[in-house]
Amino acid sequence: MSNTDIIIHDEKDNVGVVVIEKITPDQECNCWIMENDKSVSIQSIDEIPLGHKIAMTDLNEGDTILKYGHDIGKVVKNIKKGEHVHVHNVKTKKW
Amino acid sequence: MEIPKSFLGYKRENGRAGTRNHVIILPVDDISNACAEAVANNIKGTIALPHSYGRLQFGADLELHFRTMIGTGKNPNVAAVIVVGIEPKWTKRIVDAIASTGKPVEGFSIEGVGDIDTIAKVSKKAQEFSMWASEKQREECPMSDLWISVKCGESDTTSGLASNPTVGNLMDKLEPFGVHLCFGETSELTGAETVCEKRGKTPEAQAKFKKTWNDYNDFILKEATDDLSESQPTAGNIAGGLTTIEEKAFGNFQKIGGCQFIDVLEPAEEPTKGAGLYFMDTSSAAAECVTLQAAGGFNIHLFPTGQGNIIGNPIEPVIKLTANPLTAKTMSEHIDVDVSKILSREMNLSQAGDELIKSTLRVANGRLTCAEALGHKEFVMTKLYRSA
Repeated sequence: MSNTDIIIHDEKDNVGVVVIEKITPDQECNCWIMENDKSVSIQSIDEIPLGHKIAMTDLNEGDTILKYGHDIGKVVKNIKKGEHVHVHNVKTKKW
Repeated sequence: MEIPKSFLGYKRENGRAGTRNHVIILPVDDISNACAEAVANNIKGTIALPHSYGRLQFGADLELHFRTMIGTGKNPNVAAVIVVGIEPKWTKRIVDAIASTGKPVEGFSIEGVGDIDTIAKVSKKAQEFSMWASEKQREECPMSDLWISVKCGESDTTSGLASNPTVGNLMDKLEPFGVHLCFGETSELTGAETVCEKRGKTPEAQAKFKKTWNDYNDFILKEATDDLSESQPTAGNIAGGLTTIEEKAFGNFQKIGGCQFIDVLEPAEEPTKGAGLYFMDTSSAAAECVTLQAAGGFNIHLFPTGQGNIIGNPIEPVIKLTANPLTAKTMSEHIDVDVSKILSREMNLSQAGDELIKSTLRVANGRLTCAEALGHKEFVMTKLYRSA
């Protein structure tokens, strides 16, 4: 088993979580999907620290972020696959 | 792993069992703190539980104050109680309710006597209680005597990925043993509230949860001047990678595993529907939540943290676990169970759940938690609104 850089909760999720100290730009990352035990890979664009999220697909303003298979907020600025997903490009739908 | 059938606890007069054997000096109100603390300083083996309230409260807020005081005294981790208040009436109300457990309890009031003579009288009784309690021995108790509460804090994405699911795994494994379980944090289920509602075992439990969450949300909408983006998620949560309250909520929700809740409790309310999982309406502030759960009768607490919350409680031991490898390294004196190997996939969830069960039993049997060793005794009353 190769080292896991990113964990994705659910197959439907469009973000994954970095589980190593950080990933660097243009890194070929190994991702593990917990729900079905599958592995995929992704090339990063940004440097992303431990615990922070990476976009698994291109996302447009207004799109919904899915994690745990559930809606966790909306995209407020277009995001490319491999970019850092956080408060600068995603907002809650609650308040 | 074969799960042990028993732990070593202190059997109490009312049939409950404690994981600790505290003698507490409980002030009814803020102005009785000095007396309570002086007594605890005089008499070894006692602890004072100072707090900020207890004067001119009214209505539901006063009822909650009494429920928290009384529940704290009734908790089976407490062997004996001395209640000290400024005046006798409220003091007696608390003493009489605690006495229903059969444990030793006495009340004293300061008005007309003064601090110094009260401290002398209370110290004599406290010495008697402390020496009496010191002879209590741990005995074998069934697992069903464990009442486990859970609450997470300074969460980050590692909480939702690993440490909260580890707690959920423990719940799934211990629920069949007839353990009482409790989760709370009404505000931090926001975003996951409809999914959580469906975990109610009965339509009544579901409806009660829905009403509780809606009441909370209405309160937030009424009181909020802007939005809660500055508080929920917290700065610590955001630094840890959590972006929205919804993300935090779904992470939080992992703590109950596959369990269904059988009832919804008021803050500090004791469960009465038998073993199983309960939801308690609480704030998500760590010390407030754990204080309410302890007052509900829970005798051991599991606290997953991401960025490193350091909370403890004076009567309910708080076991910390983290899956964040940096927190496990930089704050090791606060972490009882390190499950960060889940992230590197050197450990699976079931193995982590087993490790947590083992640690929980060691603490139930008497091992000090990190928070206890470090002297964390946060006792924080929940206040519903301004006093009269």
